[in-house]
Amino acid sequence: MTTAELLGQDPGWLIAVKGLLVFVLCVLLTLMSVWGERRIVARMQMRLGPNRVGPFGLVQALADGVKLALKEDLIPAAADKIVFVIAPIISTTACFMAFAVIPMSGPVTLFGHKTAMQLTDLPVGVLYVLAIASIGVYGIVLAGWSSGSTYPLLGGLRSSAQVISYEVAMGLSLVAVFIYSGSMSTSDIVAAQQKWWFAVVLFPSFVIYAISMVGETNRAPFDLAEAEGELVGGFHTEYSSLKFALFFLAEYVNIVAVSALATTLFLGGYHALPGLGFTEQWLGGWFTIVWFFTKVIFFFFIFVWLRGTLPRMRYDQFMKFGWKVLIPVSLFWIMVVASLRVMSLHGAPRLTVLAFSSGVVLIVLGINIAFDSAKKRAREVPESNFAAPTFAVPSIPGASIVELENPRG
Amino acid sequence: MVEHMSNEVEPSRRDLGLEAVESVAVVNDGPAPFAKQLLGFWVTFRTMFKKVNTVSYPEVKEPTAPRFHGRHQLNRHPDGLEKCIGCELCAWACPADAILVEGDANTDEHRMSPGERYGKVYQINYLRCVFCGLCIEACPTRALTMTNEYELADDSRAKLIFEKEDLLAPLRAGMLMPPHPMYPGMDDSNYYKGDVLGFHPSQETSSEVKHD
Repeated sequence: MTTAELLGQDPGWLIAVKGLLVFVLCVLLTLMSVWGERRIVARMQMRLGPNRVGPFGLVQALADGVKLALKEDLIPAAADKIVFVIAPIISTTACFMAFAVIPMSGPVTLFGHKTAMQLTDLPVGVLYVLAIASIGVYGIVLAGWSSGSTYPLLGGLRSSAQVISYEVAMGLSLVAVFIYSGSMSTSDIVAAQQKWWFAVVLFPSFVIYAISMVGETNRAPFDLAEAEGELVGGFHTEYSSLKFALFFLAEYVNIVAVSALATTLFLGGYHALPGLGFTEQWLGGWFTIVWFFTKVIFFFFIFVWLRGTLPRMRYDQFMKFGWKVLIPVSLFWIMVVASLRVMSLHGAPRLTVLAFSSGVVLIVLGINIAFDSAKKRAREVPESNFAAPTFAVPSIPGASIVELENPRG
Repeated sequence: MVEHMSNEVEPSRRDLGLEAVESVAVVNDGPAPFAKQLLGFWVTFRTMFKKVNTVSYPEVKEPTAPRFHGRHQLNRHPDGLEKCIGCELCAWACPADAILVEGDANTDEHRMSPGERYGKVYQINYLRCVFCGLCIEACPTRALTMTNEYELADDSRAKLIFEKEDLLAPLRAGMLMPPHPMYPGMDDSNYYKGDVLGFHPSQETSSEVKHD
C-alpha cells in the first residue's frame, strides 16, 4: 500500500490531530533552533551564548517571544495599515503550510489507526512546496512595500529579486530528482531512495539545491533582504511586537521547511542511514521520525555553520552567481541526467552510457580549462613604468619603479 | 677634489625618505582557489571545541589589570589623618567636571589633616567620571588614588554621587579616627616626607577628650 492510499484512509479527527502536531512541532522546532543557532554560533565565536534562562538557556527563545509579545505594537503613520498587518500573517502561514506534505515517518500506528506522519500526500507535492514558498515571499515584499519607508522597501525588493532568481535554480535542481524518481509526490520520492540517496546519485543537483535553499530563506551569506549594515532591518525595520515575532517565526520555520524538503528529496527522508535499516522497525516504526529529524538538524547545522563562517555577499555578486552560474549549471546537468535516463530506459548498452558520460566530463573539463586561462589572461596587468616621485608613496600593483634622475645630482 | 665633493652632496634614496615605505609590487592573483576558501569552514568548526574567551561574569570575576582605573579612594596618613588638603586641584583637572571639593580650615580643636586646610566636602559624580585619572595626576599629596573596583552600577542618580565617607580609605591598624592633633613634634612637611609611621598615645587621648 502506498503512503497516499494509507493517508487516504485517515478519519477527519486524525487529520486534525496530525495538523495540530505539525503546527506544535514547527513552533517547538523554531524555539529550539533559535536557541541552538545562538549557542552554536556563539561557540564558533568563542562565546558561551544564552545560558541564563532555564537549563543551558533552553527557554531563552520562549522568554524572548514573551518579551516581544509584551512590547508595544507600532504601525507607522505612513504605512498601508491593512497590508501591513496581513504581510506577516501571509509569511508565517505559508511556512507552516509547506510542512503539510513532508513525510516525517514511515507507516506507524497512531491512536489505533495505521497511518504515516504526513498530513497529506499530493501527486505534485514538491511543486506545492515551491508554490507555497513563493507565496511566503509575498509576505516579505508586501511588508517592505506597506511600511511606507525606504529601507523596508529596498529590503522587500531585494528579497523578491533574490527569491525569484534562486527559485529558478532550485526548481531546476529538483527536475533531476523528478526524472529519477518518476514522481513529484514526496512520499514516492522517499520510496525511490530506498537503495541510493539522491544526494549521491544526483550530487550536482544536491549542491545546487543546498545553495539555493540558503538563498531562498534569506539566510547568511545571502541575507541581503535584512542586511543590518546596509538596510537597518530590511523588510522588518518598521515591525515590532507580535508582528515582528511572526516574521521571526516564519524565518525559522522556513529554514526547517527547506531542510525537511532537502532531507526528503536528497537524503532519503525518514529512512535510516545505509546499513542501519533494522532501526526502522523500532518502536513500531516510530523510530523513523528520529532519523528524519536527525537529518533535518544536520541541515540546520549547515545553515548555522554557513552563518558563522561566511561574510554577506555583495548584491551584484549574489545575482551574478544565481543567474550566470547556478542556472546554467543546472540546465546543463538536467540535460545530462535526462539523456542518461532516456538511454537507460531505452536499454542502451553500458558502453554507450559510459562513452556519453566520459564525453560530458571531457567537455566540462575543456570548458573549465579554457575559462581559467581566459581569466588568467584578463588578470595580467600590462607592465607600466612610472616615475617614482621624490617622496614616499605606496606601491602600485603590477608596476616597476624607475629611478628618477636626481634633480640635485 | 671634484670626486670628493660629489660624494658629499648627492643625497641617497634613504636620505629622501624613500626607503621608509617598501616599494614591493603587489601580485594580484585574484580570489584564492575554491579548496582553499573552504578552509574557513574548518576554522569555525574547530573553534567550536576551543575554550571560550568570555567569563560568566556575576559568578566568575577575573581580577583586573593591576593599574585598572576603578573607583577613587581618599587615602590617609599612617596615623589616620586625611591626606586631602582641600586644594581642589583634582576638581580643576577633571575634564568631565565630576569632582566637587569644598575646603575648610583645620583648627587645633578640629584637625582632619596635617597643615592648614582639609577637604570638608568631597564628592565624585560617577555618572560623569570618565576614569581618565587626571585627578590622580593632579593631586599634590597623593590623597586621591584609584582602586580596581569596577562594580559601580546603581539604580538612581543620587546613589552614584559618592560622598567623602564613601571614598575615604578605611582605618587600618595604627590609625586613629580624625579629628585629632598632629603627631607631637611633627609638622605637615614631616607628614609629607613620610616621617610619621603611626599614631602617638597623646594623639589618642586628645581625640578622646574632643569626643567628650
